Amino acid sequence: MVRLHTRIRRATLLLTLLALSGLTACGAPDAVNVYSARQEALIQPLLEKFTAETGIPVNLVTGNGDALLARLENEGDNSPADLFLTSDAGNLYRAQAENLLQPVTSPALQAGAPAHLRSDENYWYGLSVRARVLVYAAERVDAADLSDYTSLADPVWRGRICVRSSGNIYNQSLVAGMLATDGPAATATWLDGFVANFARTPQGGDRDQIKAVAAGQCDVALVNSYYLGGMLQSDNLEEREAAEQVTLFWPNQAGRGTHINISGAGVTRAASKPEAARQLMEFMLREESQRWYAQVNNEFPVREDVEPSALLQSWGSFKADALNVSELGRLNAEAVKAMDRAGWK
Amino acid sequence: MLWRIAMVLSAGLVAMPVAVIAASLLGPYSTAWTHLLDTVLLDYIVNSLLLMLGVGAGTLLLGASSAWLTALCEFPGRRVFSWALLLPLAMPAYIIAYTYTGLLDFAGPVQSALREAFGWQYGDYWFPPIRSLGGAICMLSLVLYPYVYLLARIALLEQSPALVEASRSLGRSAWQTLFRVTLPLARPALAAGVSLALMETLADYGTVAYFGVSAFTTGIFRTWYGLGELHTAAQLAAFLLIFVLVLFALERHSRARLRFHKMHSARPPSRMQLRGWRAAAASTTALLILTAGFLLPAAQLGVWAAQHYSSVFSTAFLALLGNSFLLAALASLGCLLLALLLGYGKRAYPGRLETGVTRLASMGYAVPGTVIAVGVMIPFAWMDNTLDGWLQRTLGVSSGLLISGTLGALVFAYVVRFLAVSLQSVEAGLTRIRPAIDESARSLGQTPLGVLRRIHLPMLRTSLLSALLLVFVDVLKELPTTLILRPFNFNTLAVRAHELASDERLAEAALPALAIVLIGLLPVILLTRSMSTEPTEA
Amino acid sequence: MSQQLELQQVSVRYGATTAVENASVTLESGDIGCLLGPSGCGKTTLLRAIAGFEPLTAGSIALCGETLSTPQRRTPPEQRKVGMVFQDFALFPHLNVRGNIAFGLSALSSRARRDRVESLLQLVALSEHGDAWPHELSGGQQQRVALARALAPEPEILLLDEPFSNLDAELRTALAADVRELLKRSAITALLVTHDQHEAFAMADQITLLNQGRIVQTASPYDLYHHPLNPFVAAFIGEGAIITATINRAGEVTEPFTGAGKPGETDARCQLLVRPGDITYDAGSTTRLRVARRSFRGAHYLYELLLPDGQRVPCLAPGHIEVPAGATLPVSLQLQTHLAFRGGQASREA
Repeated sequence: MVRLHTRIRRATLLLTLLALSGLTACGAPDAVNVYSARQEALIQPLLEKFTAETGIPVNLVTGNGDALLARLENEGDNSPADLFLTSDAGNLYRAQAENLLQPVTSPALQAGAPAHLRSDENYWYGLSVRARVLVYAAERVDAADLSDYTSLADPVWRGRICVRSSGNIYNQSLVAGMLATDGPAATATWLDGFVANFARTPQGGDRDQIKAVAAGQCDVALVNSYYLGGMLQSDNLEEREAAEQVTLFWPNQAGRGTHINISGAGVTRAASKPEAARQLMEFMLREESQRWYAQVNNEFPVREDVEPSALLQSWGSFKADALNVSELGRLNAEAVKAMDRAGWK
Repeated sequence: MLWRIAMVLSAGLVAMPVAVIAASLLGPYSTAWTHLLDTVLLDYIVNSLLLMLGVGAGTLLLGASSAWLTALCEFPGRRVFSWALLLPLAMPAYIIAYTYTGLLDFAGPVQSALREAFGWQYGDYWFPPIRSLGGAICMLSLVLYPYVYLLARIALLEQSPALVEASRSLGRSAWQTLFRVTLPLARPALAAGVSLALMETLADYGTVAYFGVSAFTTGIFRTWYGLGELHTAAQLAAFLLIFVLVLFALERHSRARLRFHKMHSARPPSRMQLRGWRAAAASTTALLILTAGFLLPAAQLGVWAAQHYSSVFSTAFLALLGNSFLLAALASLGCLLLALLLGYGKRAYPGRLETGVTRLASMGYAVPGTVIAVGVMIPFAWMDNTLDGWLQRTLGVSSGLLISGTLGALVFAYVVRFLAVSLQSVEAGLTRIRPAIDESARSLGQTPLGVLRRIHLPMLRTSLLSALLLVFVDVLKELPTTLILRPFNFNTLAVRAHELASDERLAEAALPALAIVLIGLLPVILLTRSMSTEPTEA
Repeated sequence: MSQQLELQQVSVRYGATTAVENASVTLESGDIGCLLGPSGCGKTTLLRAIAGFEPLTAGSIALCGETLSTPQRRTPPEQRKVGMVFQDFALFPHLNVRGNIAFGLSALSSRARRDRVESLLQLVALSEHGDAWPHELSGGQQQRVALARALAPEPEILLLDEPFSNLDAELRTALAADVRELLKRSAITALLVTHDQHEAFAMADQITLLNQGRIVQTASPYDLYHHPLNPFVAAFIGEGAIITATINRAGEVTEPFTGAGKPGETDARCQLLVRPGDITYDAGSTTRLRVARRSFRGAHYLYELLLPDGQRVPCLAPGHIEVPAGATLPVSLQLQTHLAFRGGQASREA
């Protein structure tokens, strides 16, 4: 036992030294370092393609956007990150506000993301678009009764709506968008009516809301379009069947358009390879990259001249909210507070 | 003296991230506080208290009963159950939550089959909602009871059988003896086990978030991610710490006068031979606990994994395995060594300072991994940047980030987070060694280090192994710390499982989740093998 | 007097090993019995069988006429009116002294319980330590708490398992006498297990000597000492040496003391127990034996003397008689021929 213990201790020491010396900060020194809130599977193949084409290796850390933002902030000027990639506009807005990004521009970038899907001062650019839509059970709901988000506060929907928790960024962005266009008073009134119509305590993810509609627990649910796409393409029979039982509805078509958010990227202020980081952003805005990047997650390309996937096209075209997505970031905290006050769990 | 310095320094280092969190209390207090107090905070607190109450009762019930059955009773399958009942340890709480939701949710197979069979519609019948406070209590209890089981079982095996016989000869039935003698004597072990379970409960985010239960951790994350107020979130975490401190101070105080040194028992425990319906009931109980906590969710994962095997498995998957294993091994060894340093130092020099720093160093367990990660990140980044700034000013060279973003920082964060687990095990083991043994060894010329090596290590074998195992499995399961602090291109099974699950691809997350469970089984088997060779096992 | 405890042909086996074989013991009400024997003789097993912790493979155990144990049926320990004092006392560390004593008094009202605890504390002279915790007490105090706890429910019989072995020697004899007095005063029937004959003599009215799972002899301490049934009893009890000797027709011991004459036809070779008091210093005696070694005992010298054939016998001489090893000592012989054994059994002389 004693001998075993000394052996263990020696092994530990060795391993620790090995780990500390070998696996420190990064791999190749000339590589572009990416902090990504978008998952590895949804980005890694594209990065590999970039490396194959340019010879520039890419190092990746994925994680929660807010946590990566905190890491970026604490590491300061010495941060190894060159590119900050997020799955929502809020964190890009915050990174810009906290002076963690640097403005970058080029004709390719300017031509890529439309004006309302990038920062005014070129700090960041949108890469893909997702929409917050309604799904409903066609046998219990007349599509004519559905119009915009605001109508969901109507008492006819009492006990018929499913939606996930207000802790989720999708819902926060939706409410932030309302705050931006309708103002706090109208939003608060809407929230009260909307929350009163919940069929159950908010729980689960967006797919769970779709399943609940399919199972008859509620009639309408508020979800991101790509989850419906994911379920329709799932190799799980139950998921596919559930998704096939619901119908998609584009809200706000008569008004300001369906609420959208983006995934996007910006070059960090501390970047030691800003040039390569810009190159990577340009690469991601190229037509074939856009097609893959949007399709892998059933999202819409940010470039208006790139067609979405066949499945997305089958849902018909829709009018998207033209509000600058920076606003979603600016008003996010306000939105959370408003939802807390309304009792949206 | 050297020992004490090392002890205070290392405890101080481990306490640093917690201190960083606590320092947030110094202010400033933002307007977010008014908002929280006006709206949701009370709700979070009440829910967290209910959750603790439920999980405390649940783990105590499951852990103590299974420990009593396997340690002191003889029934068909006891040998197998005595190790198999540890298996739920390998099951992360958020994963068991996914599997049960898959099974029991409104849209799941069980309720669908019921509706099919009886022609019911939504609202026609009542079914316990899995995504609820009660559901969260069940899930957490099912995977956290092994802490109680493990520690209580060791304590029960080492109890002097004469105490039970004394009680029986004084007119108490076997049943009364259990509640009047056996369990009260196992109280330090039960308290230690429940403490671990409760700390994990307080730090849990995955399960409560998935179930839509607004617990205190929900508040912390909502404040950070939603309101963008990291500082206020840290303050909330600091209040959580204070709460935990008070709670455990109360528990310690309530048994301050009691001493629970092991009575030197000459005989191994005599197991009560159960027959007939009692034996059947014992086997059934153990089987039910095992099924609910492990077999059923593992089977569900297996079914899912089989469906998605080809889409998830690749050579990169082996790298995930390797990384997970490396991280868990480093962190558990680090925790064990530090726990030995602290536990033993506290015992040899039971001063206020030593006791204080030890307790502070083990506070990390009650803090959600994400918050610990922030507490590690802030001082390390500050140190790196300060050093770099100084070097640039004086020598004109840049050192960049030396510690931040390395595997070392990540392992350190895990030591901070899980030191309490190994410390509990080591200290529980140490309480069972009477001080006279130390004293006799010291008087025979052994240094404190010599006593540790030649007396305690052999005597503590099981405790040390369980310390290693518990941390290993914990690190394997833990996600948020890795997610925030990891170096570039360093993925683990938990990260992969999380990425798929957070994209709501639960079925695809099953393969990495199952791999976590399977790797977690290795140390469990190792521990159980040592348990079956220990001398108390008759 | 009634028979309080009755063991009939009790056997206890663990698989192939036999712990106790065919043991029969009875104990009268108010008497203190003792199971004495070397370690591993089965005495503790027998005690635990009475308490209900060991199942019987044969025989029966009855207390106050009520059968408690047979191979088929075993009354649970808690339903027997048996009190037990354990070797390590087995005090409950999570209860204080009062809590320990009150533990078996669940049937009483809280007031009656309090009174009973106080009177027991008084009985064992621990009134001032009622709130102490077990680890705060000395060994002797712990033993008294264990005794009070076992007596509290007023058992029909008190079982004591090596009750003094955890105490130092000086305390042991004093306590044994104290405990006997206490038990006698309260007219409590008790059965003690010990390997120490001094404890047995100090405590018991009746001693049952066991060897290798079998009862060798049951008798009063006096009879056990003076009338052992066989060489094992003789050797186990008291001091002395067993020598090979010859007894002639007249019942006198000839060989090896006289060293004269050959054994006649009716003379018998036998094993003879020689106690230290059987050979005494006698200045006028012509029988002189060579001193092999001696040990000073204060008032006495215990000499070990060599017989002509080389066998050794003990001799007790007054403390002022100092003879060095190698010299001879004049002695007179008062050999007890009833302590001569032929073929294992004592030869009873008419």
